[in-house]
Amino acid sequence: MNILSKLYYKYKKLLKVLRLYLMIAGPGIIVMVADNDAGGITTYTATGAQFGFHLIWFLILLGPIAYYVQEMTVRLGAVTKRGHAEAIFHAFGSFWGWFSLLDLVLTDFLTMITEFIGMTAALKIFGVPAWVTVIGAWLLMSWMVLQGRYWTWEKLALVFCALNLIYVPAAFLINPPIHEILRGAVIPHFPPGGFTNDLFFLLMANIGTTIAPWMIFFQQSAVVDKGLQEKDMTGGRVDTAVGSLLTVVVASFCIILTATLLPGQPINDAATAATKFMGINKHLGACLAIGLFDAGLLGAICISLASSWAFGEVFGWAHSLNHKLKEAPWFYAYYMFVLLVAGTVVLIPGAPLVLITLFVQVIAVTLLPAALVFLILLLNDEETMGKHKNTWSQNVANIGITAMIIVVSTLYGISALFPSLLEK
Amino acid sequence: MVITFFKNTVQTVRAINRKYAKPHLHTTRLVRFCLGMLRAYLLLLIVILVFKFAQALH
Repeated sequence: MNILSKLYYKYKKLLKVLRLYLMIAGPGIIVMVADNDAGGITTYTATGAQFGFHLIWFLILLGPIAYYVQEMTVRLGAVTKRGHAEAIFHAFGSFWGWFSLLDLVLTDFLTMITEFIGMTAALKIFGVPAWVTVIGAWLLMSWMVLQGRYWTWEKLALVFCALNLIYVPAAFLINPPIHEILRGAVIPHFPPGGFTNDLFFLLMANIGTTIAPWMIFFQQSAVVDKGLQEKDMTGGRVDTAVGSLLTVVVASFCIILTATLLPGQPINDAATAATKFMGINKHLGACLAIGLFDAGLLGAICISLASSWAFGEVFGWAHSLNHKLKEAPWFYAYYMFVLLVAGTVVLIPGAPLVLITLFVQVIAVTLLPAALVFLILLLNDEETMGKHKNTWSQNVANIGITAMIIVVSTLYGISALFPSLLEK
Repeated sequence: MVITFFKNTVQTVRAINRKYAKPHLHTTRLVRFCLGMLRAYLLLLIVILVFKFAQALH
């Protein structure tokens, strides 16, 4: 009887913890899963096709890196109750504030175009015209934010996050070689052929898709909008950790799919992989196409919100998803307008979409180092953070990660500008 | 109407500049060093971009 009562007590306690977590969960999972956007899925499918299972270990390593960076935004948001844009203006003055805000707006706008490219390419596989996809996606994305409650938006976004896991059952449809996958996941090694320029470029691309400037702005603003307090930090950390785990899972399964079915084949975008999958197994092709559409949709929503929140914070507009359209007209107008323009660009015949995709990589390089450096400086300011400032070990990890990301993303940006540097 | 919109925007930007004229972060040597390095880094990127642009024009 005593054992039964103890078990019941533990069960109740676990249930309470789980319920509390589910209340706090959201921003971390959403930002991490949205990180696997259309560009990310393209990078993973290309990595799998080109290098098989050999780089799964590398993606697993990127999970903790993403966690360490994003965890700082949870603390900063919960303590200061300011979004990242407002925090930069407040701490570093208007010069760095405007630089960050305008760079963010430009990077986000260009990235949104790539999300629409992904979405239209994905639904084209099912015969849906691009204009229908753009209008449909825009209506869906507008409807999601116009619910007037942050909670409703978050739960809807979590449904799309769950859909992003479609690559997991898809991989089980093809009976992938488990032994090779485990070897690629557990033993760090380079593919046969050694450290080539192609490998270097793809490693940089994978790092580039894991940490993006908009993620820092998005999660901090979402934490503030959700109203997370200092006491909720542990939950926020768990949420971010779960999200980073999910992002690695999705990325790894994307690699497993193309490494199993399209080894050695040149893959320039995920839609090409989905079309090739259609020829092998219709269900599999459909899964990849749905996943790509979902990735683009989730990415576009979060990226547009990151900009809208940032503008709202700085310009003093009402900028909460808890507001109705009438209460925060500029915030919603900006969100919907930017999405509409980005979608329209994709529909323009002869628009330089390849150039835009290239430009995204270059512009992101100008913002990412600044955003990361600001984040670390803010997290080390005792006046701002109090007892939640970075510890010595957190600084060692975060400064190391930041230095590595700055070097790699700069090389990535330069190699995108001067591709001949990486030619054999 | 357009002129009014731009006038209002300029006024808002000026108000933002006044509000955030002074940085509130405690300016230690480390902060100054980091911001200086960031400026140098961004200048370098601008030089690279201008070089690429010039190269593309030729």
